[in-house]
Amino acid sequence: MSSPSSPSSPHDIVRRGAAELGAAIADGSLSSVEVTQAHLDRIAEVDDAVHAFLHVDAEGALAAARAADEARAAGESRSPLAGVPIAVKDIVATKGLPTTAGSRILQGWIPPYDATITTRLRAAGLPILGKTNMDEFAMGSSTEHSAYGPTHNPWDLDRIPGGSGGGSSAAVAAFEAPLAIGTDTGGSIRQPAAVTGTVGTKPTYGGVSRYGLIALASSLDQAGPCTRSVLDAALLHEIIGGHDEMDSTSIDAPVPGVVEAARRGDVSGLRIGVVDEISGEGFQSGVRARFEESLKLLEARGAEIVHVACPSFVKGLAAYYLILPSEASSNLAKFDAMRYGLRVGPQGVDSPSAEQVMAATRDAGFGEEVKRRIILGTYALSAGYYDAYYGQAQKVRTLIARDFAAAFEQADVLVTPTAPTTAFKLGEKLEDPMAMYLNDVATIPANLAGVPGMSIPNGLAEDGLPSGFQILAPATRDDRLYEVGAALEAALLEQWGAPILDQAPALPVREVTR
Amino acid sequence: MSVLDAVVDYDDAIARYDPVMGLEVHVELNTETKMFCGCATGFGAEPNSQVCPVCLGLPGALPVVNAAAVKSAIRIGLALNCSIAPWCRFARKNYFYPDMTKNFQTSQYDEPIAFDGYLDVEIPTANGDGTEIFRVEIERAHMEEDSGKSLHVGGSTGRIQGAEYSLVDYNRAGVPLIEIVTRPVRGAGERAPEVAKAYVAALRDLLKALGVSDVRMEQGSVRCDANVSLMPRGEDELGTRTETKNVNSLRSIERAIRYEISRHAAVLDSGAAIQQETRHWHEDTGVTTSGRPKSDADDYRYFPEPDLVPVAPSSEYVEQLRGTLPEPPDQRRKRLQKDWGYTDLEMRDVLNAGATELIEQTVADGASPAAARKWWTGEISRRANAEGRAIDDSGVTPAHIAELSGLVASGRLNDAMARQVLDGVLAGEGTPTQVADARGLALAQDDGALEAAVDKVIAANEAVAAKVREGKLNAAGALIGGVMKEMRGQADAARARELILARLT
Repeated sequence: MSSPSSPSSPHDIVRRGAAELGAAIADGSLSSVEVTQAHLDRIAEVDDAVHAFLHVDAEGALAAARAADEARAAGESRSPLAGVPIAVKDIVATKGLPTTAGSRILQGWIPPYDATITTRLRAAGLPILGKTNMDEFAMGSSTEHSAYGPTHNPWDLDRIPGGSGGGSSAAVAAFEAPLAIGTDTGGSIRQPAAVTGTVGTKPTYGGVSRYGLIALASSLDQAGPCTRSVLDAALLHEIIGGHDEMDSTSIDAPVPGVVEAARRGDVSGLRIGVVDEISGEGFQSGVRARFEESLKLLEARGAEIVHVACPSFVKGLAAYYLILPSEASSNLAKFDAMRYGLRVGPQGVDSPSAEQVMAATRDAGFGEEVKRRIILGTYALSAGYYDAYYGQAQKVRTLIARDFAAAFEQADVLVTPTAPTTAFKLGEKLEDPMAMYLNDVATIPANLAGVPGMSIPNGLAEDGLPSGFQILAPATRDDRLYEVGAALEAALLEQWGAPILDQAPALPVREVTR
Repeated sequence: MSVLDAVVDYDDAIARYDPVMGLEVHVELNTETKMFCGCATGFGAEPNSQVCPVCLGLPGALPVVNAAAVKSAIRIGLALNCSIAPWCRFARKNYFYPDMTKNFQTSQYDEPIAFDGYLDVEIPTANGDGTEIFRVEIERAHMEEDSGKSLHVGGSTGRIQGAEYSLVDYNRAGVPLIEIVTRPVRGAGERAPEVAKAYVAALRDLLKALGVSDVRMEQGSVRCDANVSLMPRGEDELGTRTETKNVNSLRSIERAIRYEISRHAAVLDSGAAIQQETRHWHEDTGVTTSGRPKSDADDYRYFPEPDLVPVAPSSEYVEQLRGTLPEPPDQRRKRLQKDWGYTDLEMRDVLNAGATELIEQTVADGASPAAARKWWTGEISRRANAEGRAIDDSGVTPAHIAELSGLVASGRLNDAMARQVLDGVLAGEGTPTQVADARGLALAQDDGALEAAVDKVIAANEAVAAKVREGKLNAAGALIGGVMKEMRGQADAARARELILARLT
């Protein structure tokens, strides 16, 4: 899969990493407009098949690219990624650009303000290509619950790209964007990264501002980078991370040295803890095999592999599916048809009451999964059930945090396979919510405890589809993810000789005339 | 309005039942910015001009606690003799309300910032010959945000039923509120309505002294919800309560509670049960009407607000704030009463009129305490009441009154003239001196005309003059009236009296 033409052909440009593109823009060998246009062309060619985007903003992206080129010409260096375009999950508020969270109830809503992430991306000079597809309000593990149709996995278009941030990971895997923003409430950055063969990081809770992210579950939501390399993730993490006074849960401390850690990539002397509770039973054999091999690679690079006990992790899924719907039921109450978004009048009612309009709008505007979780959450919070459900779930959350604390006494990082299986077929688990929920079993504990996690691609399972290796670190020690992730990435690259995405089949390309 | 509820005579009601009250007072803080965002809180601004993504509850927006509001909450708690929580949280109170942008209110539920306090209020003794202290126990004072305000257009009643459309102004959405909740107030007996009024008045004075609120009841910055229930005399089990919402004047609090006691008694006398419900108070007709049924089944699905970190004031900070508390209003009252030489009754009038600070300033500006009291609790209070305005929003300042009383004291004006001058000041004609000059109001300064008038009146009223000569000095009043009439009001009554008595005795 070598480049067929000159080094700067659009085909070559989109396959280059963000760090490399940033350097080329900085030294003038490429312009941001060229790079941005190459990605817009790629989107035009393949997104009919992939459907990673809900909205593409060619005009806005090119205007930002021109501004980035002008800034460079004026000698203003704003960031190592200045001029490198990015795709943003549709749950992040973007002023002037539609933001729907994958829901019909927000169809056509254009926020009058920018999320803090958006503000920081703009300030750093990253053109925003558009908004990526997702499960409605980030509820789902397959991006099949988007009101606007599913995203397809670039590795196999009949398969899911993971969820809820399937659009962001698929856009990166399909070379439609070198970088993307995802959000991870129970694994929605890491699980799609695993099944699309890309890198995804969920920073420490509070490490990246939530201001402007349409809330799913406030105590769990965390935005982070979706990329094709560990270094790219670190560079993006550095831009979007750091304290924000608009988010009271934001950590008031500098971003740890993630970029240096990613450049260093050293595991010698590190203790790497395997969490057996979420690495064995129920995990696909090929996924387990790749996991074991990755451990050996790390060991060969000087890491010490230890096994740690996290007995409460198995209860994480149950606790998560009480806390998430509870917070979501409250967060979604604002969608009442009164101020913005969809408004539907009830059929056959002459002068409907506010409540009737609200009911009809919610019926038409919310999908099945969203309704299911609102009802679950409303029930779990209601008087008489609070202690039995929400209260108990919070206790489990405390136990999981204790498990993490104890495990991090014995190991510098913890590791597991990211997802139990490779990408399943579209439609396969739609009728079985519980089977769908199980996909996040390995990623959820990190959200419940607020610790950072990363998934990096660690090979192909027996079915020829990518699998992911999850690294977890103590809160605020995000740098350790990058340290270990970069070391494993380097070892794997040495073994494969080329990035794993080079093994993905070519996508059907639509002829586009510009 | 629907059929009025039956009531029994208040005294009959009290003879058979013991009233128990619970008072919830919402206080709008006068912070510059809102509870959870940086928007301004000014009253009366152009609708929806003081809003942002946070207080509009737009998707993605997040709250951040206003430190100034926390400071005010702690000071209020301390002034109410409360304990201050070393660590507390906000909770979400989930319910649908068209004025509420998020469809949940960020409030405090089981972890209020202040709890377990009391406020001593002064009420007249049962026999009316003095005052005594009634202690109202405070259960909690907690922080929360206000909602927006709806305007229902097109209906005849201004209520949502029958309206063609509704407009919502979110300027008030997110304004910081402190809700102060009493424990059940028992043992006040027939004086329950009076205690409630005195409590809210005392609270208002306290908040004003703290400087944490504008305490303008008529603008809604202090709103009282009054819970009332009755127990048959001699029993000890609390009855079913009703909650009369948003009563916003001291007088209304007293009246509404009195009405509810009479109404409850009528229901209980008839053998029926009280419905637990919210009630609306109607100022014009003096009755309450049924609102929303409220039962224990109300389920707000409270849970800790995950978008906010806990509030954890250090004990050093709390002690530092304790040092900023003003002199307690009751101590201050006693000190001022002594300084001013007012009787208990006079002081009570002053407190009821909410005129303490105004009088203090007027005295500071040079008026005598007696004159200051007379003006503020008399003429100005009457006018403000008639216009439905607050006494401190009546258009006249302590400096005006000091000047006006100076003109009277120096003999330039009499009381009747001074009232005309006040008219002019209120009409915006200038300072009292300017008004008196412009309107040509001044007492005759030489005795010549006055003496002539006195002689004329004595001559015309020989029978009255005879009585005065016989020592019935009170009869001189009629002669003074005659002199005033003769002088077309431009006379100093005291001087006229002197002259009349000099002639006749």
